[in-house]
Amino acid sequence: MTGRSSLLAGLALALALTACRREERRFSEPQVLVARRERAVAPPSSEPVAAFVDNAWSVSEGQRLFGWYNCAGCHSLAGGGGMGPPLRDATWIYGGSPEEIHRTIVEGRPNGMPEFGSRVPDYQIWQLVAYVLSLSGRLRQDVEPGRPEAIALGQPPAMTYEKKPVPANKGTHP
Amino acid sequence: MRLLRKGIFMLCGVALACHRRPPPAPPAQAGSTVLRDARVHQAAPSRVNGEWTKVAGDDQNTRYSPLAQIDAGNVARLDVAWSFKTGIERGHEAAPLVVGSMLYIVTPFPNRVHAFDLTHPGAPPRWTYQPPNEPRAQGVACCDVVNRGAAYDEGRVFFNTLDDHTIALDAATGKELWNTKLGDVNRGETMTMAPLVVQGRVLVGNSGGELGVRGWLTALDAATGAIVWRAYSTGPDEDVLIGSEFQPFYPQDRGKDLGATSWPPERWKLGGGTVWGFVSYDPELDLIFYGTGNPGPWNGEQRTGANKWTSGIFARRPETGHAVWFYQYSPHDVFDYDGVNESVLVDVDTAAGLRRLLFHADRNGYLYVLDRATGEVLSATAFGHITTSHGVDTKTGLIAYVPEKEPHVGATVHDICPASPGAKDWQPMAWSPKTHLLYIPHNNLCQDEEGMEANYVAGTPYVGAAVKMRAGPGGKRGEFAAWDPLAAKQVWHIEEEFPVWSGALATASNLVFYGTMDGRFKAVDAQSGKLLWQHQLDSGVIGQPVAFRAPDGKEYVAVLSGVGGWAGVIVPAKLDASDPTGALGFLNAMRDLPSRTKAGGTLYVFGLP
Ligand code: HEC
Repeated sequence: MTGRSSLLAGLALALALTACRREERRFSEPQVLVARRERAVAPPSSEPVAAFVDNAWSVSEGQRLFGWYNCAGCHSLAGGGGMGPPLRDATWIYGGSPEEIHRTIVEGRPNGMPEFGSRVPDYQIWQLVAYVLSLSGRLRQDVEPGRPEAIALGQPPAMTYEKKPVPANKGTHP
Repeated sequence: MRLLRKGIFMLCGVALACHRRPPPAPPAQAGSTVLRDARVHQAAPSRVNGEWTKVAGDDQNTRYSPLAQIDAGNVARLDVAWSFKTGIERGHEAAPLVVGSMLYIVTPFPNRVHAFDLTHPGAPPRWTYQPPNEPRAQGVACCDVVNRGAAYDEGRVFFNTLDDHTIALDAATGKELWNTKLGDVNRGETMTMAPLVVQGRVLVGNSGGELGVRGWLTALDAATGAIVWRAYSTGPDEDVLIGSEFQPFYPQDRGKDLGATSWPPERWKLGGGTVWGFVSYDPELDLIFYGTGNPGPWNGEQRTGANKWTSGIFARRPETGHAVWFYQYSPHDVFDYDGVNESVLVDVDTAAGLRRLLFHADRNGYLYVLDRATGEVLSATAFGHITTSHGVDTKTGLIAYVPEKEPHVGATVHDICPASPGAKDWQPMAWSPKTHLLYIPHNNLCQDEEGMEANYVAGTPYVGAAVKMRAGPGGKRGEFAAWDPLAAKQVWHIEEEFPVWSGALATASNLVFYGTMDGRFKAVDAQSGKLLWQHQLDSGVIGQPVAFRAPDGKEYVAVLSGVGGWAGVIVPAKLDASDPTGALGFLNAMRDLPSRTKAGGTLYVFGLP
C-alpha cells in the first residue's frame, strides 16, 4: 500500500516535471535499470517506477520486447488488439496504472492473458509496461517510440498509421 | 520461390529412390478435358423428411435443401416466425440443426447448447446445457471465439468447446453423456469446428495454426467418447496414419515420413496443419475428406521445404483413420492459405463411366475439381483475383508461385492477392443439383506484408508477419458468386461491400440464401442472382443458413446473426482501428464495420405467414 502511494506520487511528480523536461530526451539506460540488472531481483516497491517507465530507452526496448515475447501477436504491433484486447484505448479491464499493468503481465489474467513472470526478467516487464503506457499516449510525447515495424508497410493513404491524440488524464487510476 | 522448387525437386528425388510402389493407373484422359463432356449424375435425393441433421445438411457438404415451399413467388412475404437472443455477443458462425421436432444451436464461447421444441408455437427452449470451461481459451482463439456447429447421431448431440473438449449430450434431455478432453489451451490449442459422425465415430479436429499447434483429426467412439484413432497432419508416417493403403496421385507426395522430412529438423512439431474446417464423407468409396491448415509460422524462411501435410487435403478410412491419398493445394505456403475449406462431393457421368468428383474453393484463389477416388486434379481455375501464383499444373499437381510475392524478413511485399483469409475462407459454399452450380460466399482482399522472425513461446502467437489488408480490385471486399465447376466459369456474381463471411444455402425452389456482415439476410434467384428478398437483422451475419420443415408441415429458414469471426472481430471485441495491423492485419480492411452494424447474437427463424 505504501509502495502504491509512493508510486503514484512518483507518477504525479513525473507528470508535473514533464512540461519543463520536454527537450531532454533520455536515451541512456536509466540508473534504476542498471541497478536492477546488477541485482537481478525485483526492485523494492519504493523505487521510482514512473521515472523508469517515462524514459525513451525503456519505451523503445519495450517495443522490441512486445514483438519478441509475442505480445504483438495477440494485441497487435501498435496495440489495436486481436486475440487480446486493444491497449491503445482508454478502457482498462484491470487498471491502467504502471503497477497494475506490471501485475497483469507478471501474473496473467483469467480470460486469456498468459503469465510472463516466470519467463521474462522483471526489468524487461517494466520496459513492456513503458511501451504499453506509450500506446495510449500516456507518456510524455518525447519518449514515445518510433513507428512500430508494421508502419513501414505500404503507404497508401488509407493504410497509414494514425497517431492517437494524447488525452490529458486518460487512464489514471484512483 | 527458389527454395521451394529445390525442396520439391529433392523430395521427388528421395521419393523415387526409396519408394518404388507403382503409381495408380493413369486416367484415360488427363486434365480438365475429362470434364468437357461430363454431365452431373442425378443421385437419388438423400433427404426427404425436411430435417437438417448435419451442419452441411448432408455428408456430401452440399448445403442443399430439397424443400420448395418457399419460392420465388412467395419469398417476398418471408418474415421472422420466431427468434431467440443467445445473450453472447461474439461471432456466431454455427449452423442450427433440426432433428425430429427439435432445433439445436451451439453458441460461441462459452459454448452453450440450446434445444428448442418446434411442436409449440414460438418454439420454447426445451433445455440448455452449459459446459464447464477454461476462460483462458479465449486468449488463444486466433479469430474470435467462434464455434461452427454441432452434430447429431442416434439420439446424441455432439459439439466441441473452445477449450478442447468434445461433449455428447442426450438430445432429448440435454444430459451430458460423456466429455472427452482432447487438447491443451496452454499450448494454444482450441476447437472450433463442427464434428461429423461417420459409422459411429465422431470426427473432430483442432484449431491454433497461428500458435504453433500441431494439427490433428481425431475419431471418438460416439457411444463412449473414447479415442479410436488420431491422425496428425505433420510428423512421421506412424503419427499421420500413413501406411500401406496410402496411394497419393502425385509423386511429390510419395515417400517415407515426408511429414517430418519436408521440414527443417523438429519444426513439424510446431508446424500447424490444424483441422478446423468441415469433413465430408463418401459411403461408397468409404472415404472421409478434410483439409489441413496453414503451416506455422507464416514466415516461411523458418521452415524451408514443402511442409507436409499442411495446406492440403486428406482422404482417409473412417474406421481406422488410415490415409488413402493426399494432395497439397499450397506446398510451403507462406500466405496463411489454409487448405481447410470444405469439399463438396458430386458425381458426374463421362464417356468413360461414372466419375466421383470433389469441388473445393481454396484460400489460394483456385476452384479445384478433384477425382475423389484418386486425388487427381482435374481442373483448378481462379475464382478470385490472384497475384501470388500463375496457375496450377494439373499434370504435376503443382501450383506455380510468383517468387516476388513471397514475404521476407525485413522487406515489405505489396499487393499480395488473395490476402491471408484467402479468396474464400471457412464460409461454406452450397451446391444445387438442380442448377448444377456452386454458390460461393467469398472475399476480395489483398494485403501488404512484412516478414518478421517468429519466436516460439508456448500458448502465444507464432506467426512472424506484419500484415495490412484492404479491398482487392474494384474496391468491394466481398462477392457472392454462382460457379459452374464443370465448365470452370463464373455464371453470375453479386458484389458486396464486406467479405461475405456467412455460409450459403440452396433450396429445391431455386432460391439461394446468404447473409452480409452489415446484417442483411438475402434470398436470390439461383439462376440469375437477382435479389428477391432481404431482411435487416440486429447484427452482421456470419452463420450458416439452413432450411427445414417443422412439425406444422411448413418450411422455415434459420440463421444465426452475430458479427465477429476473424473478419468481424473488430465489432464485438472493440478493437482499435487506428492500428492497421490489428486482428492479424484484417483490422485495416474493416475499419468502417463498427459504423455499419453492432455486436449481437440471435437465432432467427423465417417462415411464410
Ligand atoms: C495469447 C494471447 C496474449 C498474449 C501473448 C499476450 N496477451 Fe495480453 N491479454 C490477452 C488477453 C486475452 C487479455 C484480456 C484478459 C482478460 O480479460 O482477462 C490480455 C490483457 C492484457 C492487458 C490488460 C488490458 C486491460 O484492459 O486491463 C495488458 C496490459 C496486456 N495484456 C499486455 C500484454 C503484454 C505486455 C504482453 C506480452 C508480454 C501480452 N499482453 C501478451 C492476450 C494476450
